[in-house]
Amino acid sequence: MKEVTKLITGNEAIGAGAILAGCRHYFGYPITPQNEIPEYMSREIPAHGGCFIQSESELAAINMVIGAAAAGARAMTSSSSPGISLMQEGISYMTGMELPGVIVNVVRGGPGLGGIGPAQSDYFQAVKGGGHGDYHTITLAPHTVQDMLELTILAFDLAEKYRNPALILADGLLGQMSEAVKIPMNYKPRIMKKDWAMTGCKGRPPLLLRSLFLNEKELEDHNLHLFRKYAELKRKEVRFESFQTRGAEILLVAYGTSGRICKAVVEAARAEGIRAGLLRLITLYPFPEVALKNLASRVNAVLVAELSMGQFLEDVKRVVCDAAPVYFKGRVGGMVFSMEEILEDVRKIARKFIPHKRARRT
Amino acid sequence: MGEKTVFKRPESLTDAIFHYCPGCGHGIIHRLIAELLDEMGARERCLCVAPVGCAVFAYFYFNFDCMEAPHGRTPAVATGLKRVHPDHLVFSYQGDGDLAAIGTGETIHCANRGENITVIFVNNGTYGMTGGQMAPTTLLNQKTTTTLKGRSGVKDGYPLKITEMLALTPGSVFLARGAVSSPQNIRLTKKYIRKAFEVQDRKLGFSLVEILSPCPVNWELTPVQSMRYIEETVVKEYPLGIIKDTTGT
Repeated sequence: MKEVTKLITGNEAIGAGAILAGCRHYFGYPITPQNEIPEYMSREIPAHGGCFIQSESELAAINMVIGAAAAGARAMTSSSSPGISLMQEGISYMTGMELPGVIVNVVRGGPGLGGIGPAQSDYFQAVKGGGHGDYHTITLAPHTVQDMLELTILAFDLAEKYRNPALILADGLLGQMSEAVKIPMNYKPRIMKKDWAMTGCKGRPPLLLRSLFLNEKELEDHNLHLFRKYAELKRKEVRFESFQTRGAEILLVAYGTSGRICKAVVEAARAEGIRAGLLRLITLYPFPEVALKNLASRVNAVLVAELSMGQFLEDVKRVVCDAAPVYFKGRVGGMVFSMEEILEDVRKIARKFIPHKRARRT
Repeated sequence: MGEKTVFKRPESLTDAIFHYCPGCGHGIIHRLIAELLDEMGARERCLCVAPVGCAVFAYFYFNFDCMEAPHGRTPAVATGLKRVHPDHLVFSYQGDGDLAAIGTGETIHCANRGENITVIFVNNGTYGMTGGQMAPTTLLNQKTTTTLKGRSGVKDGYPLKITEMLALTPGSVFLARGAVSSPQNIRLTKKYIRKAFEVQDRKLGFSLVEILSPCPVNWELTPVQSMRYIEETVVKEYPLGIIKDTTGT
């Protein structure tokens, strides 16, 4: 496959990934720190013969995605935390109506208007619903600008395969940073046929896309049907990276920007003789429960790092259970921990659990 | 003697029995739309976005592709559909709450973008589905379940003339107000809807037909009294006619 290497920002990489994935319908509203996404799409989508609309709000944007997805198109929107809050109703409807679509959240500090610095405090919103009803959103966590491109393509494929919205959970740091990205030039997206889409009833019976089932038994059956899809997602689509986990005595668990920083922490710790490893989640939903449980049962301690007050931590604690004690390193408000900060926590844990190895201070 | 069919259910309607209340206008309006789609041969390329409201089940009665939308978001959903299928006939069917309360933003901006869709706006001055609360188009002094003493402008705001407001958007090309309160008005309303669909097919811009419709149950009037109420009272606040037509035809 022919590749071109370009220095681009994370936000642009999202746009580039969407175009490669065959997205030709983008609807979005400006909000920092992801304004570059609608700006990029306003140029590239029409250049590829598609439709770009700067909608009047995030409410309108997600509903335009609903319409375009219902019509059978690969449609996308993007926003940041407060705007994603506005889209929760739409996401709930998309799962009930079984519509594919990609939503990008370039997370910023919250709650409320918060800040514009990077954060990971929308984990609950992304993975635990956010909107009303029993449902899940496929949630992917990029940790490099290359991921921003590749996971966007994956998001479209998974959303279509399971007829469910998929969310890219990025953050302001990833959105704004520039890195060299390999772009596959002749990539051909695998777009599925959609016999359920609104195309006009020529040559077939009329169809109906809805989430309303006033008959209680029908609605229960519908929910059970949705959860059979989620069970399949859990069986087939879990993705994570095991970074230097062989022989690890301390397991770091993180995703996104935190995962990226923890890779440096692991390397520094290992250089000091501390056997640290990292489980970096790529799919937050479906959550890699089995992998985490297995790794946790082989280590002395788990350290969760997230730019939040401890959202992701709750799921890690739930899965790890009593296999190992779970520690937490968090920063919020747009503050980002340094590698050294986390490393100091690792040293403290090491001193506690591995007393025969005295961790060296650099 | 052989039989000749002179009147039948349009192909664009299913044979499901309407659930609407006796005297409700939805049945008439559904039929007008269906007759037009048959006459225009447009059933197979028609895409409908149904509202939240009494007509939430419109999709059981319309014999073409239909979909749901979250409350008020209908014009945005219709925008998404039309941008993917620009040659299909896309219309939204909305009540006064859907269009002029919760959905005001989506309504105005859809018109402002001149989206090539048609909005059918059923105005019965009440929230029928939820039991008769105040609507943006509820008349002053009208009693509803949330304005038991009658709507007060100072306390509850005033009847909203959303269609007249939309006329200010250059993207709106055809805006009209009809009623289903008499045979003459029904025929006139059908003409307006046909014109609106033609505006869409000619790709001229945004079209909307507001239709004054009775809600006997929540107005606490008989069906006949309801028709009279529209003809004598509602039209004073919401006059019938073409509000805007820049088609030049």
